[in-house]
Amino acid sequence: MRTWSRKNSLGGVKIRSEMDAREASVLRSLVSSVLALLEDRAAAVPQDDLAELTGLRTGNSDAPTDATLARLLPNFYRAEADREGTPAQGANMNAALRSLHEPEIIDAKLAAGSVILQTVPPEGGKVSLTPEQADAWLAGLNDVRLALGTTIGIDADTPDELEPDDPRAPHLDVYHWLTWMQDSLVQVLVP
Amino acid sequence: MPAASPQVTPAESEVEEILEAEDKPWVTVVWDDPVNLMHYVTFIFQKLFGYSKARATDLMMQVHKEGKAVVSSGSRDKMEHDVNRLHQAGLWATMQRDS
Repeated sequence: MRTWSRKNSLGGVKIRSEMDAREASVLRSLVSSVLALLEDRAAAVPQDDLAELTGLRTGNSDAPTDATLARLLPNFYRAEADREGTPAQGANMNAALRSLHEPEIIDAKLAAGSVILQTVPPEGGKVSLTPEQADAWLAGLNDVRLALGTTIGIDADTPDELEPDDPRAPHLDVYHWLTWMQDSLVQVLVP
Repeated sequence: MPAASPQVTPAESEVEEILEAEDKPWVTVVWDDPVNLMHYVTFIFQKLFGYSKARATDLMMQVHKEGKAVVSSGSRDKMEHDVNRLHQAGLWATMQRDS
């Protein structure tokens, strides 16, 4: 894959790159699985008669048990970090804030990932994005890296390379590729 | 006309302190995590808060080195909005009372 470049054209600023068929396939597959995870989460909201009557959306109030979802949809409040917070207040606050905000956050992530799926060349080839689409790619790529990073247990001590027989090794290679792709893209977008 | 500086009695300042305590602002904290890129975090701070590149970089470095940084402050409602937008961008953020 090529590094991202920025080009002024008659149609406006375009953010461009190129990827081969295998890269396109891997990226589509990863984005699709993150979106599926988020869609299942959104669909898991318990039915609320009041919400149907008022049209006010409420979301899940309990933090996800799945580690990837928990990282994509973290809590809004950490009682232990707030000097005046108690665990009980913290639990109430997190439940209220999550059910209020989670639907919008999921929608934003679904939208970002969808832009990637719509603009990745199906058989590989050139990618040409508007600045808005590039912003969506940044957020969508970040979500994929968060998901993959959680799955393979990336932490501060993860080495750059794993032993070849480590089952995580190919996933780590993909993770590094996504890291490079996101870093290259943000450098082109920085004001 | 020059404004006279008000004389504040001890009782008045005590009331002020109580009112300020109830009105204490909230802050948004961003926490370090092993996945998010330094360039990306800096970019998001510029984009969401309008910070200069220098200020955004300072905040990012504080997150990176100290594990966390306060990135905005204000009313509880505003902090909810900031945390929401930071979560949309994939950063790990929480809100708390200003200490």
